[in-house]
Amino acid sequence: MAKHPTPLLDQLESGPWPSFVADLKIGAENRHKNEKGLELQIPEDVIDDLLGVLELSFKDGTTHWKHGGIVGVFGYGGGVIGRYCDQPEMFPGVAHFHTMRLNQPSGLYYTAEYLEQLCDLWDFRGSGLTNMHGSTGDIVWLGTRTEQLEEIFYELTHTYNQDLGGSGSNLRTPACCLGMSRCEFACFDAQKMCTDFTNEYQDMLHRPQFPYKFKFKFDACPNGCVAALARSDFSIVGTWKDDIQIDQEAVAAYVGGEFAPNAGAHAGRDWGKFDIQAEVIDRCPTGCMSYEGGKLTIDNKECYRCMHCINVMPRALRPGKEKGASILVGAKAPILDGAQLSSLLVPFIPAEEPFDEIKEVVENIWDWWMEEGKNRERLGETMKRLGFQKMLDACGMEADARHVQEPRTNPYIFWKEDEVPGGWDRDVEEFRKHHQR
Amino acid sequence: MAFVSSGYNPDKPMSDRISDIGPRNYEEFLPPVIKKNFGKWLYHEIIEPGVLMHKAESGDEVYTVRAGTARLVTTSYIREACAIAKEYCGGHLRWTTRNNVEFMVESLEDAKKLKETLNAKTFPGGSHMFPVGGTGASISNIVHTQGWVHCHTPATDASGTVKVIMDELFEEFTSMKMPAILRIAVACCLNMCGACHCSDLAVVGYHRKPPMVDNAYLDNLCEIPLAIASCPTGALKPSKMELPDGKTVKTIAVNNDRCMYCGNCYTMCPSLPLADQEGDGIVLMVGGKVSNRISNPKFSKVAVAFIPNEPPRWPTLAKVTRKIVETYAAEAKKYERLGDWAERIGWERFFEKCELEFTHHLIDDFRDPAYFTWRQTTNFKF
Repeated sequence: MAKHPTPLLDQLESGPWPSFVADLKIGAENRHKNEKGLELQIPEDVIDDLLGVLELSFKDGTTHWKHGGIVGVFGYGGGVIGRYCDQPEMFPGVAHFHTMRLNQPSGLYYTAEYLEQLCDLWDFRGSGLTNMHGSTGDIVWLGTRTEQLEEIFYELTHTYNQDLGGSGSNLRTPACCLGMSRCEFACFDAQKMCTDFTNEYQDMLHRPQFPYKFKFKFDACPNGCVAALARSDFSIVGTWKDDIQIDQEAVAAYVGGEFAPNAGAHAGRDWGKFDIQAEVIDRCPTGCMSYEGGKLTIDNKECYRCMHCINVMPRALRPGKEKGASILVGAKAPILDGAQLSSLLVPFIPAEEPFDEIKEVVENIWDWWMEEGKNRERLGETMKRLGFQKMLDACGMEADARHVQEPRTNPYIFWKEDEVPGGWDRDVEEFRKHHQR
Repeated sequence: MAFVSSGYNPDKPMSDRISDIGPRNYEEFLPPVIKKNFGKWLYHEIIEPGVLMHKAESGDEVYTVRAGTARLVTTSYIREACAIAKEYCGGHLRWTTRNNVEFMVESLEDAKKLKETLNAKTFPGGSHMFPVGGTGASISNIVHTQGWVHCHTPATDASGTVKVIMDELFEEFTSMKMPAILRIAVACCLNMCGACHCSDLAVVGYHRKPPMVDNAYLDNLCEIPLAIASCPTGALKPSKMELPDGKTVKTIAVNNDRCMYCGNCYTMCPSLPLADQEGDGIVLMVGGKVSNRISNPKFSKVAVAFIPNEPPRWPTLAKVTRKIVETYAAEAKKYERLGDWAERIGWERFFEKCELEFTHHLIDDFRDPAYFTWRQTTNFKF
């Protein structure tokens, strides 16, 4: 028998999509059964009370979590999101309901053994509720009490060699696409770079020292499977510099219908026979492809590597061999100044271990932004306020036509004084010798 | 329940403390076939909805079966996924960047058996535990946020709205009939944690009433300049006021005419709550993308200024979403993302075809860049 009636939530148990309500009810039941005889360290009815408070929110259309919450573990300035219910008498099981962020392995691969160990710890000291995963990438443990935080952290680090993720005005937990582990498009080892950067900058991740949050994301090609250029301040996107590799026999197999276009991604509908002219050549955004006499040619100098032709014919076309990455910076959500996607800063940079060239860019940007960024100003906003040119200066980079989608339309152009012959220090009396008042 | 120590000594908190060890190394967790062929993949195929095959230079194949999850999951659920991984996949599994779970095997036969097993598992109430799909030109999982389950600033719920939309569009998860992938995201306030500003279709929680001011407490709980600086439209200013008990306090004055209810001042200051049952609801955005395929990445644009919160099943949200999805599916060309389609036919035609009302709320009025969203041309359709 459930602790609280949940007539509204019960209506989310039907329908085909996995029901979080049904799952939570099982979780609540399993806590009551407690088949392993655990000495549960937070209330047995934590999930019942979560369902109770959620039902209340469904009834009155407002949240029932108090504002904010500042909790954590010694040595770190982040990693735990404190949360307290605003009806603790009604729902004592969730009076404290803090979230812990655990730094996930790059690419989100696991063994059952490891996940079960984590589940054992979380059932014992937390609610048994999780998010797999938070949007930034962390394993999210949803709901425990303050006095358990150090205990959980101690066991995580001592028994499981597992650290917390980031929160606050710091480097947040980096994330990547699955990269070379299971994708033929990967132009660099996104998992390796993600892991390496996470380890290199642990201090920045655990101890807030920035004007505001800062995120890294690593996409191994321009398809953007981890959405780096929309969801990270520093976005690394794999690319190549030489020619797309063409297998003409495989092209013929696509034209002949042996291979399904786009690896069969549109198989659920009859789009007609594959038409290489209509589906590839004519869709190429730069018009740099042609198909004549049964031969596909690409004017690679004009290709901007959007991935369309490779996506459509993955068995015939492959990225080039001279691989690396582009760096784009400044993405953020709307608050305060408006949403931004990342802007291109470095068109091409080597992406091999130990990734020193990329780290140099990171550290130059941090040196600049940590000094110049205002309180709670994202990198993208600092760029808007001070100008893209200031960031180029900070990174010691030359301006390049690739840095813009188009040149400026207004003529409000700043010059550096030393660019102008004679400088700015002038005598109006000298001017008056030639121009009477 | 008796407290059980982990070994941590609260009297000597810094002794025996391990820190800065970071995540576990992903290499520990890779399935053998993945480890062996790492960086040596030749091509892939989508065998059927939810089933991928990757071919390596060595000739090895790995079959991946992708299943939807609710993201908000219990340890009981994770253990169930682990049990499946142990039975079929040598104990290996992974999650995707859209919170689907993937199981990998080395033969098509095993993949088909696995798909059958996954599709057969249901929760009490009948919903699938691990519905297989989310590949190719489909509607995969909805990237979403905390909502009323854990956050203090939402204007709607995330888990609830997601369940409603995925129930409504479930067939599109398990098939591949769309012109291109259609990515949906939900954020319960316009902090937009996640992917709403760059998704094909995005549900964003929105307020429509200025904050209430808890004058008696504000100066004690807030750093007033921080709250003032948090406002994108300059609607807040510091002020003083006399409370009923005659005491004069420092507080904040809200210029209601300049407030557009973003809630950012409440994020900074607990004495400026604004949640409201009738006021709060949903803004629907469309046409964003992050990939560079053919067209550049795009922001999503506001298509519907307000849909009321209607828990638990949000019927209006479900209906409007379905209409947009069906219209796009029927009209767009192959490979065209929703934003590509809307831009090609013109937004005036998008609103007509999707039978959406165009109201003044949809015209940008935020600072200088708003001008560039108006129409400086006679090129329009009647």
